[in-house]
Amino acid sequence: MVRDLSTEFCGIGLKNPVIPASGTFGFGLELADSFDLNILGGISLKGTTLEPRFGNPTPRIAECEAGLLNSVGLQNPGVLALVNEKVPALRKLYGGCIIANVSGFAVDEYRECCRIADGCEGIDIIELNISCPNVHGGGMAFGTDARAAAEVTAAVRSVTHKPLVVKLSPNVSDIVAIARACEDAGADGLCLVNTFLGMRIDIKTRKPILANRTGGLSGPAIFPVAVRMVNQVAHACKVPVMGCGGVATAENVIEMMMAGASAVQVGSENLRNPFACKEIVEALPGVMEQLGIEKLSDIIGCV
Amino acid sequence: MPSITKIRLEIISNLPVTHNCFRLELAGEGLPAVAPGQFVQLEVPGKFLRRPISVHDASSERIVLIYKTVGEGTKILSQMTPRQSLEVLAPLGRGFDPGMSGKRALLIGGGLGSAPLYSLAKTLLAAGKQVEVILGFNTAADLVLLDEYRALGIEPAVVTLDGSYGIKGVVTDAPIPEHDCFYTCGPLPMMRAVCRQLEGPGELSMEERMGCGAGFCYGCTIQTAGGPARVCADGPVFKKEDILW
Repeated sequence: MVRDLSTEFCGIGLKNPVIPASGTFGFGLELADSFDLNILGGISLKGTTLEPRFGNPTPRIAECEAGLLNSVGLQNPGVLALVNEKVPALRKLYGGCIIANVSGFAVDEYRECCRIADGCEGIDIIELNISCPNVHGGGMAFGTDARAAAEVTAAVRSVTHKPLVVKLSPNVSDIVAIARACEDAGADGLCLVNTFLGMRIDIKTRKPILANRTGGLSGPAIFPVAVRMVNQVAHACKVPVMGCGGVATAENVIEMMMAGASAVQVGSENLRNPFACKEIVEALPGVMEQLGIEKLSDIIGCV
Repeated sequence: MPSITKIRLEIISNLPVTHNCFRLELAGEGLPAVAPGQFVQLEVPGKFLRRPISVHDASSERIVLIYKTVGEGTKILSQMTPRQSLEVLAPLGRGFDPGMSGKRALLIGGGLGSAPLYSLAKTLLAAGKQVEVILGFNTAADLVLLDEYRALGIEPAVVTLDGSYGIKGVVTDAPIPEHDCFYTCGPLPMMRAVCRQLEGPGELSMEERMGCGAGFCYGCTIQTAGGPARVCADGPVFKKEDILW
């Protein structure tokens, strides 16, 4: 039997739900010579700001049990490079859903960045990143306060007709309140979760391992928390949810969809295996067969 | 960006070469070509991220890595035995340019930085170039690869910090042979001194904590003269003038 992997997100058809998460797959082009990207349901591009950014000093990576911390700090070439170079180059190679991840430090900056991204034909979805824990005075500051989250969502909503997905921070006590605030402010979809703020210390030098002291925790360690948050938000909101956080296998994709995700992002797993998303897509039909699933979209939110 | 291969290789041998360094030989069919100065990302059982390790020597079905047991990951690696297998991503990074100007190349290695320079020496000799080598170590107990270089017909000048073998001091205390270009790999302060003091075009191999090792996570970016550069993909080998000392 042919298993149907297709799904839909914000009215856009995806051939499968598997999408490399922003920040874990560059601009897609980096791996284009290693495998055919067209196996992917979508690609979420590296977080982009209005101006180019160098990001944080190194070390930016610290390993831990079942995952890692990163403090890259939104290194990116700026939104003009995104729309003029990166997206057109990727579009030549890739026919699936291209998601531009947009971040900033002020509402005006988010708005201007999204206005420019809105004019780029190759971008299918704008993912508003209000959850980066590695920059000061921006990013997560918007994602941990319902009023600020609503304000930035509404501001961006006013400058784009493209589907608008807000990527939420898990560093909150009430994820549903933030999710509802974004939905009410005009978000077409939600993506959760971004990384958890964490820290590691080198016990020999008695210094933080990361130059930025703290970083975002991701990887299998956070998967159960992400599933719980996706489940809560999927039940509380009408807009579709993209599940993200510690997804490493085809089984994890199915679990995330059962929790309520219409599409699933894979992040840290790409860092240890650049072929992770491809392998997950290839493994899905077999796992569906074992579980008696004919059509993947049938299981969305069944729990 | 060049294509990356993920391949499972069998451990042929994994033996200590000093009190804290091991020589790991891996083999398998379908191993892609690895150029001098490139590295691999090596799976370590029980660890989330792979370990980036530069390639000491490579042939069509075999690679040799020399690594130091610095943390838990490399300790686990050191306990692995022949016939066990490890998954490897290869080849990664931009290696040395063997075509740098002139006929006389000077190679300066510090500690395990001596390892990737070995395959470069082989490549340069095969291209008919003259190769001079200076190796620096903390102490005589850390000496590695002298016999391997000698087997290539090269007699490295050896320097130790404590004077327990060869010349006492740092690599720049050794008599600097005539050269048209140089290549260096080792601790940053050593490479800084080398790049400042030596004339002619030079290349050096940088080290940084990495995430993906393949240029798409931006975890190892440094600022260079040409702008932000990923050590894993734009390097690890850089021209001396690229580095902002």
